[in-house]
Amino acid sequence: MSEATASHEGITGLVDDWSADKQAYHVPWGKAMMWIFLVSDTFIFSCFLVGYLNVRMTTTEPWPPQSEIFALSFGGDPIPLILIAIMTFILITSSGTMALAVNYGYRKDKVRTFWLICATAAFGASFVGMQAFEWTKLIVDEGVRPWGNPFGAPQFGSVFFMVTGFHGLHVSAGVIYLLWVAFRVKRGYYDNKGFEIVEIAGLYWHFVDLVWVFIFAFFYLL
Amino acid sequence: MAYVPLADRDHEMEMHHPKTWIGKWVFCQDHKVIAIQYGSIAIFTGLVGLILSLLFRMQLGFPEAADFIDPSFYYQAVTMHGMIMVIYLLTALFLGGFGNYLIPLMCGARDMVFPFMNMLSVWVFLVSVIILMASFFVTGGPTGGGWTLYPPQTTLAGTPGHDMGIVLMLISLAVFIVATTMGGLNYVVTVLQYRCRGLTMMRLPLSVWGIFVATILALFAFPALLVAAIMMLFDILLGTSFFMPALIESGAPLDHNGGSPILFQHLFWFFGHPEVYIVALPAFGLVSDVLSVHARKNIFGYRMMVWAIIAIGGLSFIVWAHHMYVSGMHPYFGFFFATTTLIIAVPTALKVYNWVLTLWEGDIRLNAPMYFAIGFIFTFIHGGLTGLFLGNVVIDLPLSDTYFVVAHFHMVMGVSPVLVVFAAIYHWYPKMSGRMYHEGMAKLHFWCTFLGTYAIYLPMHYLGFVGVPRRYYALGTTDFLPPSAQDLNTTITIAALFVGASQLLFLINIIWSLRNGPKADPNPWGAASLEWQTPDTPPVHGNWGESLPTVYRWAYDYSVPGAHEDFIPQNTPESEEPTVDEQHFDPDTDESMADV
Repeated sequence: MSEATASHEGITGLVDDWSADKQAYHVPWGKAMMWIFLVSDTFIFSCFLVGYLNVRMTTTEPWPPQSEIFALSFGGDPIPLILIAIMTFILITSSGTMALAVNYGYRKDKVRTFWLICATAAFGASFVGMQAFEWTKLIVDEGVRPWGNPFGAPQFGSVFFMVTGFHGLHVSAGVIYLLWVAFRVKRGYYDNKGFEIVEIAGLYWHFVDLVWVFIFAFFYLL
Repeated sequence: MAYVPLADRDHEMEMHHPKTWIGKWVFCQDHKVIAIQYGSIAIFTGLVGLILSLLFRMQLGFPEAADFIDPSFYYQAVTMHGMIMVIYLLTALFLGGFGNYLIPLMCGARDMVFPFMNMLSVWVFLVSVIILMASFFVTGGPTGGGWTLYPPQTTLAGTPGHDMGIVLMLISLAVFIVATTMGGLNYVVTVLQYRCRGLTMMRLPLSVWGIFVATILALFAFPALLVAAIMMLFDILLGTSFFMPALIESGAPLDHNGGSPILFQHLFWFFGHPEVYIVALPAFGLVSDVLSVHARKNIFGYRMMVWAIIAIGGLSFIVWAHHMYVSGMHPYFGFFFATTTLIIAVPTALKVYNWVLTLWEGDIRLNAPMYFAIGFIFTFIHGGLTGLFLGNVVIDLPLSDTYFVVAHFHMVMGVSPVLVVFAAIYHWYPKMSGRMYHEGMAKLHFWCTFLGTYAIYLPMHYLGFVGVPRRYYALGTTDFLPPSAQDLNTTITIAALFVGASQLLFLINIIWSLRNGPKADPNPWGAASLEWQTPDTPPVHGNWGESLPTVYRWAYDYSVPGAHEDFIPQNTPESEEPTVDEQHFDPDTDESMADV
């Protein structure tokens, strides 16, 4: 941040930024665009979750017991929500590697940046893989379908496939996006342009992670 | 690493000028070409919507003569007319058309921030229009569930287009939302981050403010529609029950239960009400500029106008349930939504007063754009006042679903924005094409449209008061409707046919003038804002020639005492001409340049 803008903090700084000529934020265009896109995307997920809460209220049948459905047993007794816990842990870990990648990106350490982004993408891909496993288990073993399931309210399956599917698409798109950025970093595409793109991709990745926390809380725990 | 604004490193940037014809006119990344592509697609789609409206007006006015229109087609025509006009014509034209054309020029930018994404936006928009039009040719035809697409009615057998039509409609909407998001992100970031030197937010013309806030509304409101569309597609294609309660059809229960039709209404109107302002705010902005230029006066209360736009935009997100009074809600919620709805009237009325006060003692030049702009003030006051009736729960209940509602929203978000569209097209036509349109024909077009639309919508208020319900294929015989209601319907249809035909004046005028109009002066109206100061008319790719402009004043320095002319371009330094801009800010002495 330049000295001229750092001189004012808080409300005064905000007013200075917005009443300045040329630009309202001292950030690259892509970053501003990603912020605004993510707010828009927040509205999408909020609408999904509000819709879910609404049909959960209106449905006439009892809501299925999630902790039993999402339980896995490793030889012994079933452990509730164990798979989701692992998935959540992996996704949050991937946010950590992403943050490191951003840091190394700004230090122009291309090798570490490349590998850290790849690690993030690998965590993301394994998240999607586990989601595929979870879907398969629910569809094949438990007979859960979007239009009905043996446990109770049919909206359970509808919401589950819609919301986790939409989030899974976000993660998958994020993995592709990250790999694309990673290979461009490696090829030296950003040597002159600056490494803000790593942070921009990181913003998206953290957002997808944050959304998962809400889905986890609202759908699996509530 | 300090980020240097582009306006300060313009000399380092390279423009990639397309070499081929396809690069210049088809897959073009120039915002001006994209604007014209957006506008042309939108106007073409709008013509389809216009023809549909004339067809169903034929059925209402002359039921015997129009026996080729069966009830199914009537509902399909009404539905498609509504959806086309609101989304594919007005939203696309204001944001994609005028937003694309005016934002970079008025901000002193070379283009949008991401031209490639901007180009994708227009092509995705075209795909959505093609999907929409395809629904006319599938089994069952387009959906006939009304433009609000309320389930479960839209998806049940008995509603025309319940099989393929509604599916294509929802897919088309989803694709449209993708297009709007790609374009909208561009418009917002361009306004925020790509202004030229000296151009502060509070020096932007109101056109940019209107389009900017409307785009933000679009980015935050369309998600609700997207979610509603996805859920409804799931209901139709996968058999889920998001919006479908337990239903019995032809004596047999359907495979749905436990869904909430009201949820759809909430999602739809959470999009639908901001959508009204997505259409209205750009119109407010554009008309402010047209009025100011042709009245040779600065816009009255510029700051208040900006804050009113922002206030209206914010309030538009907390009034949506006033469309749902009849659906039933707790009285306290009704009270809340009625109150917020009426509060919107405050900033809106403020804008109307300011438009009128801009005209007050102005040196008014009655050019064709000014005709349309003044006509807009009339129709907007008219439509706005009936909005106060409908915003109140107790008055809304009897008037709901009557022609009073139809008259209200056509006045306020049909006729008014369309008059602004015409004002704006005539106003900026010399800049876009380099030619002048035919003034007499444009004025004739105004009188036909203005008087004609009053002849259509004024009687509809009376129809509403006597209780004629909207969306009925035919009135039939009832105890409460006098026979004269049908006479009024016939009158309205004649007026509608007249107005529809008179739009040919507009089309012929702008197409004919493209080649045959007299060469336009670069600044025929003597306007102060930046888009009229381009070195070329029409502006070429890159807009500004060698270097970006520098702005020293607001966009409304008209009839300034002591100036050489009755307008001062925004890029004239304060040392050369006086200003009445309250914000004294000279980019040449700006300290923040020191660190660049």
